[in-house]
Amino acid sequence: MKFLTNLLSKLSGKDEAPLICKSCKTEIPAKVARKNDYLCSSCGKYLRFGGRRRIQWIADEKTFQEISPNLSSQDFLQFPNYAQKLWEAENTTGEKDAVVCGTAKIKGNPCVIFAMEPDFIMASMGSVVGEKITRAFEYALEHQLPVLGFTASGGARMQEGIVSLMQMAKVSAAVRRHSDAGNLYLTVLTDPTTGGVTASFAMQGDIILAEPGALVGFAGRRVVEQTTGSNLPKDFQRSEFLLQHGFVDEIVSRSKLKETIALLLRMHNREVRI
Amino acid sequence: MTAYEKLRIARTTGRPTGRAYIDSLFTEQVFLHGDRRYGEDGAILGGIGYLERLPVTFLAIEKGQDLQDRLARNFGCPKPEGYRKALRLMKQAEKFGRPVLCFVDTLGAFCGADAEERGQGLAIAENLLEMAGLTVPILTTVIGEGGSGGALALGVADRVYMLENAVYSVISPEGCASILWKDSAKVEQAADCLHITAEDMLRFGVAEAVFPETFDRFPQMCEQIKNRYLQDLSELLSKPIGQMLEERYQRFRKIGIFTENGEA
Repeated sequence: MKFLTNLLSKLSGKDEAPLICKSCKTEIPAKVARKNDYLCSSCGKYLRFGGRRRIQWIADEKTFQEISPNLSSQDFLQFPNYAQKLWEAENTTGEKDAVVCGTAKIKGNPCVIFAMEPDFIMASMGSVVGEKITRAFEYALEHQLPVLGFTASGGARMQEGIVSLMQMAKVSAAVRRHSDAGNLYLTVLTDPTTGGVTASFAMQGDIILAEPGALVGFAGRRVVEQTTGSNLPKDFQRSEFLLQHGFVDEIVSRSKLKETIALLLRMHNREVRI
Repeated sequence: MTAYEKLRIARTTGRPTGRAYIDSLFTEQVFLHGDRRYGEDGAILGGIGYLERLPVTFLAIEKGQDLQDRLARNFGCPKPEGYRKALRLMKQAEKFGRPVLCFVDTLGAFCGADAEERGQGLAIAENLLEMAGLTVPILTTVIGEGGSGGALALGVADRVYMLENAVYSVISPEGCASILWKDSAKVEQAADCLHITAEDMLRFGVAEAVFPETFDRFPQMCEQIKNRYLQDLSELLSKPIGQMLEERYQRFRKIGIFTENGEA
C-alpha cells in the first residue's frame, strides 16, 4: 500500500515520498537523500533513484526543460491488472510513465537527457517509454545535441504485448539516425538495467558508464540459474562483472559522475576548433 | 483456435524448421559459419543462395531435427556468437548488395551464464542498430515461435510475414505467467492476454502478411512464399535506398499506442 501512503502525504502537502534503502531498509526523507548524493545515510550504500530526481540531481539548476511530458499509457490489450498498476504507479511516483526526457545543461554543457524511473512498474518499456525516448533522440538529431541517458528497467512491459517489444526496434532506429549524424550518445547504466532495455538502447551508447554495483544483464538471475543449473558468482551481472568482461567503458561513483559526464560532453563539443 | 492452441502448434516437433525453408526456397546454397569473434553457433544457419536468379543471404534460427541435432543447435536458442554471425553475414550482404532473408523460430535468446558473460544484451542491441540502417532489403518470416528480443534480433525488417500458426511475443507465455502470477500453469491465460497470433501481428502493424500452412504440400507452399518474396523484393529494390530506409524507419516509428494530453 505504498502508493496510498504516498498519495496521502501528497494530498496533505507534505514533502515528496521518502526513499527506502534496498540494503538496510532504512527510510530516508527525500531532502536528506538529495543532500547526501543519494547514498544511504544509514549504511552508505547507493539508493535506487531515477527519473525526475536523477535529472534534478545531475543537471545545472533551472536548466531542465521537459520534452513531451503528457504522454500516458493505455491498457489497449485489457491486460489483467494493468490499468490498476498504472494508476498505482502514477500515484506512487507522481509521473505519467517510466521515463522523464528533456533538455538540460551539465556544468554548462547542453544535452538532451532522459532518466528512467525504477519505481514506475520497474521502469518497464511500453509505448510511452519507447515514444518519449524516440522523440528525445529525434529532437537531439534536429538540434545536433548529444544524448545523455540514465537507464534502469525491468525490460519490455509485457502488459503491452508485442507492441512493447517493437519499442526496442523503434528506439534503436532513432539512436542509429542520431549516431549517423555524428552525435554523441552517452549512457549511464544504473541499478537495475535488464531485459529488452539492455538488449537495445542501454548498450548502444558511444560511451557506456555504469554506477558501482548496478545490476545489468539481459536475462534475470533466477532464469540464468535455472538454465545453467548452478549457483552464480555473487557479482554476476553487476557493473564490475561487466567491466571485467569488456562491456562498459568505466564505472563511475556518484560523487564523480557529474564532472565525468560534463568532461565527456565538453570533449565532444562540435563547435570547438583549433 | 485459441492463442495457446496456436502456440502448441508452433512448437510441434516435426513442423518444418529453418533448414526446410532454406532447402525449398534457395538453390545452390553455400553455408557460412562463425562470428569471427568467438565461435560458431549452430542455432543460427547462415549462407548465400539463389532465390530464382537473385543471390541472397539467408539466416535461419534452427531448432534442429532430431534430439541429437536439437542438442547441437541448443534447441534454437542463439547465443551472442549466433547473433554476431548473423550480423557479420548481414554486413557482408550489404557490401555485395544482396537482400537478406531471415527465418525466425526460437523460444528466445539463450539465457545461460555463458551467454550473459559474452554480452547477450549487447549482441541483440547491435543487431537492432545495424539492421535499422542496413542498405539492402530485409525480409523476415516467423515460421514458428518468435520469442522476444532473440527473435527481434533478426526482425528489424522492411517486411515481416507470419506463418498461419506462428506466434510472436514479448515474453514466453510461461515466463509471463511465472512473473505476473507466480504460476507457470497459467500459460493458456498468458498466451491469450499477450496477443501473440498472426492476426494480432497484422492488427498491430508488426507483420504485413500471413502465409497459409499447407505442410502436406510443402514445395507448393514455398512456391507461393517465394512469389511473395520476389514481388516484395522487386518493389523494394526499385526504390532509392534512402526511401527504403525511411520507410523502414517509419514502419517501426508508428508502432505504439498511448494518449497525449488525454487524446489517442
